[in-house]
Amino acid sequence: MHHTLVALVEDKPGVLNRVASLFRRRAFNIESLTVGRTDVAGISRMTVVIDSDQVSAERVTAYLYKLVNVLQVEDLEEVPAVARDLALVKVAVAGHDRAHLLRVVDETRAHIVDSGEQTMTLEITGEPPHVDAVISRLEPLGIVEMVRTGRVAMRRGDTTLSAAQYS
Amino acid sequence: MATQRTGAQIIWECLVHEGVSTVFGYPGGAILPAYDAMLDYPVKHVLVRHEQGASHMADGYARAGGGVGVAMATSGPGATNLVTGIATAMMDSVPMVCITGQVPSKLIGYDAFQETDITGITLPITKHSYLVTRVEDIMPAMKEAFVLAKSGRPGPVLVDITKDAQQAKIDWTWDPSPVKLRGYRPKLTVPQPEMASAVDLLAKSKRPVILAGQGILQSGAMKEVREFAERINAPVAMTLLGLGGFPASHPLHIGMMGMHGESWVNHAIQEADLLIALGMRFDDRVTGNIKTYAVNAKKIHIDIDPSEINKNVQADAAIVADLREALKDLLDVVKPANHEPWLTYIGSMKGTSAVHDIQALPDNGHLYAPHVINDIWRITEGKAIIATDVGQHQMWEAQYYHHELPRTLITSGGLGTMGFGLPAAIGAKMARPDAEVWAIVGDGGFQMTQAELSTAAQEGVKVNVAVINNGYLGMVRQWQEFFYDRRYAATPLRSPDFVKIAEAHGLLGLRVEKRPQVEDIVQQARKAEGTVLIDFRVEQEDSVYPMVPAGADLDAMIRRPQQTSVLVETAADQI
Repeated sequence: MHHTLVALVEDKPGVLNRVASLFRRRAFNIESLTVGRTDVAGISRMTVVIDSDQVSAERVTAYLYKLVNVLQVEDLEEVPAVARDLALVKVAVAGHDRAHLLRVVDETRAHIVDSGEQTMTLEITGEPPHVDAVISRLEPLGIVEMVRTGRVAMRRGDTTLSAAQYS
Repeated sequence: MATQRTGAQIIWECLVHEGVSTVFGYPGGAILPAYDAMLDYPVKHVLVRHEQGASHMADGYARAGGGVGVAMATSGPGATNLVTGIATAMMDSVPMVCITGQVPSKLIGYDAFQETDITGITLPITKHSYLVTRVEDIMPAMKEAFVLAKSGRPGPVLVDITKDAQQAKIDWTWDPSPVKLRGYRPKLTVPQPEMASAVDLLAKSKRPVILAGQGILQSGAMKEVREFAERINAPVAMTLLGLGGFPASHPLHIGMMGMHGESWVNHAIQEADLLIALGMRFDDRVTGNIKTYAVNAKKIHIDIDPSEINKNVQADAAIVADLREALKDLLDVVKPANHEPWLTYIGSMKGTSAVHDIQALPDNGHLYAPHVINDIWRITEGKAIIATDVGQHQMWEAQYYHHELPRTLITSGGLGTMGFGLPAAIGAKMARPDAEVWAIVGDGGFQMTQAELSTAAQEGVKVNVAVINNGYLGMVRQWQEFFYDRRYAATPLRSPDFVKIAEAHGLLGLRVEKRPQVEDIVQQARKAEGTVLIDFRVEQEDSVYPMVPAGADLDAMIRRPQQTSVLVETAADQI
């Protein structure tokens, strides 16, 4: 089972290391980890997807709170949330019917962000299962390079995980 | 008014402001500016013989005195030598601040001479750490380090300060404002719904057992625990680190639990219908097989660290709070109870299972470690501070030295660090100069940090060192005897003449080979000035009983073979 944990952390040297080290030290498996800015300077937001049951997710949350630089943690598994993943996929164009390619791109709502003589680079954004599905449709065309950001997520509705409260 | 200060001076200014009077350390290149500044400040520095000694001394100092211990070392090997002591303090929640020098900031990352990533190395074994590269950041880091070390669940904090930050000068004044750490919440309010369910569980229980841990000492809840135990009339079982938190002579005190706990204590826990865990964490040495641990008992778990709740044992009522605060609240509402049938039952198990193991030892003219420790207890009237190493002597100490007072047992419980005893005893004596301090150590562990005898001699501190010398790495030998078919791989130990070792340090060395000598020699050691070492030549292949093999059920204990009395099993349900 997957749990998506969102953590507001202080943007200080070594914080990513502290969080990553915690997962390693306590033998939890990270599926993806993203980190980026929030609307408040000095506070970053991490989204960590782990493969764990509910009890383990609660343990991880408690351990995260032991880190002095961690401000707040939320487990989005228990609440309605929107999640997004972004992939850049470079596919081979040589040897394919261009019209077929463009049809796949159109049907999957991928965007062409670059094109070369031999390859075309597509951007796919959406719920992680959507991105998975598009990638499997692109696979027969020949994927030559791919990168994914990993999941970022946010609670639905008016409830917020506000960084401003810590500014 | 702001005055010009170097970073090195600011370190000492901060230490003085934090009330630090003693620092344990070892100088070196990257910490030289701090050592130079030290001479102008009223702080005593204890020169150790190895930085591990500094971190263990700071640890013993903190455990005995209740304050924060401070260790100092240089970069690279100085810092890495602290590591074992830091990990020891982390596992046992000891408040400690370690200050290390670091290579100049411009050289960080260039594999400079004596450069090591000590904040990286110690990341999982510190409560928090700082790498300070600018002089302005020294005071905030120092202030935060002390707050973090001693508040909430205490622990070691490392402050690594580059040489250039120590050398730089700024206009400086002490900032008396309180530290603000927005991601740190050590103050917890007692959760009321959980309190209500705890009260409910207490009211329903017929067979309660209080599990008393180190949290009692940390929160200073000795009085409250006693009042609580008396109010609910429940037996009190101790963890190793909890010993001293509840007086051993109290009628409700039943003894230590766990791997080498008393048999009746482990049976009582297994047959209990309610466990009330006070500042303890259900370590595997305490629970044995977690799947069969106290399966019929509800659990009330009071601990200051939320991550300990439901970690090893699922709590039916979890109170995350300072133990003393929680108990005060509980005492406002908990009704008196009477559990005499249950206490009588536990008493009957005690009566039949042990005419105490110690009395079952054969009278063959040999010296037995349990006798030695029991005699030291009797002679010191149970009032000495005892620092131990790790192994058989440590367990015998826990069994046969009956601690009446808090902070009188200083032992590495979580990490199980051999070599801890002597330096921890020296640190304890520095914190409590009026107390009688003993280091009870094995011949193995003692040799790991034996060089600190030299520190004791130089400082003129008096600790009495009892080397329980059996010529083996005894606990490992015991496991080999029980579980490895007596194949004694690498456990026979040849040691130097410890009496001569003491004498070489200008200290008094004594030897005991027969039990009738114990009293006189112990008294001689107590009366002598300065540190004294006693080499107790004890039975070589004695084992610690009872023993719950690692991972076995808590009530599946190996008992001392000579013992003739048999435990009378009575169904607990009948009472």
